[in-house]
Amino acid sequence: MSHLSAEELSLKAKEVIVQYIDKCDTLKQKERTKIPAQEMPTQDPFIRRTNLNEVAIGFSEEQARIEAMRCLQCIKKNCVDDCPVGIDIPGFINKIAHGDFESAAQIIKQTTLLPAICGRVCPQETQCQLHCAVGKALKDVDKSVAIGRLERFIADWERKKGKRILPEMKPPTGKRVAVVGSGPAGLVVAADCKREGHHVTIFEAFHKLGGVLRYGIPEFRLPNEIIDKEIETLNEMGVEIITNFVVGRTRKLMDLIEKDKYDAVFVGTGAGLPVFMGIEGENLVGVFSANEYLTRANLMHAFEKDKADTPMFSSKKVAVLGGGNVAMDSARMAKRFGAEEVFVLYRRTENEMPARKEEVQHAKEEGVEFHFLENAKRIVGDDHGCVKGIECLRYELGEPDESGRRRPHEIKNSEFIVEVDTVIVAIGNGSNPLISQTTPQIKVNKRGNVLVDETQKTSMDRVFAGGDIVLGAATVILAMGEGRKAAASINLMLAKETESETKKKMYTVSDM
Amino acid sequence: MNKIIYKEQLSKDVFLMRINAPRIAEERRPGQFIILQTDEDYGERIPLTIADADTDEESITIIFQVVGKTTTALSMMLMGDYLPVLVGPLGKPTHIKNFGRVICVAGGIGVAPMFPIAQALKDAGNHVSIIIGARTKELLILEKKIKKIADEFIVCTDDGSYGRKALVTEPLKELCESTQKPDMVIAIGPPIMMKFCSLTTKPYNVFTQVSLNTIMVDGTGMCGGCRVSVNNEVKFVCVDGPEFDGHQVDFDNMIARLNAYKSIEQQKQKCFVEKTFKQKEELV
Repeated sequence: MSHLSAEELSLKAKEVIVQYIDKCDTLKQKERTKIPAQEMPTQDPFIRRTNLNEVAIGFSEEQARIEAMRCLQCIKKNCVDDCPVGIDIPGFINKIAHGDFESAAQIIKQTTLLPAICGRVCPQETQCQLHCAVGKALKDVDKSVAIGRLERFIADWERKKGKRILPEMKPPTGKRVAVVGSGPAGLVVAADCKREGHHVTIFEAFHKLGGVLRYGIPEFRLPNEIIDKEIETLNEMGVEIITNFVVGRTRKLMDLIEKDKYDAVFVGTGAGLPVFMGIEGENLVGVFSANEYLTRANLMHAFEKDKADTPMFSSKKVAVLGGGNVAMDSARMAKRFGAEEVFVLYRRTENEMPARKEEVQHAKEEGVEFHFLENAKRIVGDDHGCVKGIECLRYELGEPDESGRRRPHEIKNSEFIVEVDTVIVAIGNGSNPLISQTTPQIKVNKRGNVLVDETQKTSMDRVFAGGDIVLGAATVILAMGEGRKAAASINLMLAKETESETKKKMYTVSDM
Repeated sequence: MNKIIYKEQLSKDVFLMRINAPRIAEERRPGQFIILQTDEDYGERIPLTIADADTDEESITIIFQVVGKTTTALSMMLMGDYLPVLVGPLGKPTHIKNFGRVICVAGGIGVAPMFPIAQALKDAGNHVSIIIGARTKELLILEKKIKKIADEFIVCTDDGSYGRKALVTEPLKELCESTQKPDMVIAIGPPIMMKFCSLTTKPYNVFTQVSLNTIMVDGTGMCGGCRVSVNNEVKFVCVDGPEFDGHQVDFDNMIARLNAYKSIEQQKQKCFVEKTFKQKEELV
């Protein structure tokens, strides 16, 4: 398929919208399913592989309205049920169809603080868009209403307008909440607790906020500017932000409660412990965890070679191990850093790949190659301890395993060596062990994930947890969902305490 | 933001700084390190061992050698300037107890991280022998300060310009062979020196602890850039270390990994120095 520019797609939409604009409320369901699904405008693949600018450019106003008119406004709202934070999806889409973007923004803001981020990085095809009636009618989940893109459209529209609607906040309660980690879970907790009138402090180990949104997800999928804007909102709300502070090391978690008088602590330290394959040669020069590779590129700005002090390893031929979104991000980043050849090694087939379809598609367009049913057996080094190749094994698919995916089996004696100078390992992340190592009161399972009850409370008094530190490496929106739940529990606990303190005071006063 | 409250040049390329950092000063233990950046947006994160701390002054002491762009930029900062990024204390503290007879071997700038460890070992009741060495006399630092702790003290230089003309491994070998065999050796210094100290003590079966200073990005276990092979297992220097059993560390692999960016780093430093001189000339 040839690439259509944003201008071409916008022009096309201007022509199409004329047919529907007056019939916005009267279109029959059948007519709605015939409205053409809008294609997301993207940067030209040949240009974008040399820059870090965002790949997806976003809908034009006409495109957004056409896409919104495809929504059937179902009575049974599958999309809302499948959204981890329960956004009123048909509600805001209806406003977009009518061109009332401001009302759409207000509806979204009732339930989510970070629509510009979720609209970009949520896996909508497995959530809100999975059971969309339009997708079902057209027998293709990819033809569902593009809810995520519409959410992003509204968030971008609001940001460009320069309007920022601060959520309503209750008067100060005098209670103090510490949020450890400023990833998606922590940001939600900070906002939700601040709204209740509590004093909130975010502690971040890095010099910049955002956690995995900043160091992990590349600029070309989620521009830093967008994270900055969301954090500015927290700042304006009066959330205290302390960077370069490693809870567990700079201060023990216990001390936050005992010495610094925080009434509640939320631990959202994420799944920041890279998993290696445990194969020969993994410590050779030229082997990176995806975390390191992406952190150098994203947080440390290695792409801006003239300005940044943090260097990036220069590569010609790169093998990326893994089939998730992080593997796609790493492969696409390697292309942008000038690697001539980048291939992804995945031991199952494309159908089983956990990465989002859209990301795989984008990677292919940018020239990333895929070697399916192959896996690394060992990394081969030269006399100087540098990578010179990777020994691979071929696989075939057998019976489905407990995850429902067909289990890969290695084919005996199928080894072969491919010449590469760089290997990026993107097979997953474990839980960051810093908090559990330094806070024995917090119980963890054998994978190091913090154990919580249904209210997100840990085994330690006043301490809650959520996001990847509880779930293992998951998604931004699931982390936000957990953050929301934890904040509700914290707010409830603190409200109860305030109530009993007030009662106590009243008794003391009446005693006198 | 952390203020530089004192700066001193110890030798040609080695500087000492005391930096205001109340929390780190309070929490740090011997053996731990910090990470700093000289520029918040584009700076690189470098680990430096904490050489000392003063809780009254609320300061920590770092001692660093100018080797690349960041240490060059740091050496140009002045008393009263602020460091934009300083985080710590990181890593596991040194295990301190009464081992009996301990030999502390420090090479070059390794005397700086050795100081608090030797002090703590002495306070714990150990007999502490200290060997310090450098290429030449001008590169020796903290001699007087560390000598005060030592029950036995040996200085060597490679060129014989001061003290004994020898590599530190020579007196180390002699002490291992002496009638009072050491119970433990701690070696801190350039990787090659720690490698040969470990090789020296191996035949005598004396436990030898080394403190590794690898390339790091985050310093909290997130990137794995600092990983080393210890007894054929992957270990992260930032969270599992920085101290390991020297007899089990794969030093050759570690040295290769340390040199991964050498040419880029040298070029960056050269550009930086040239640019800075040009700016100064223009000012004049």
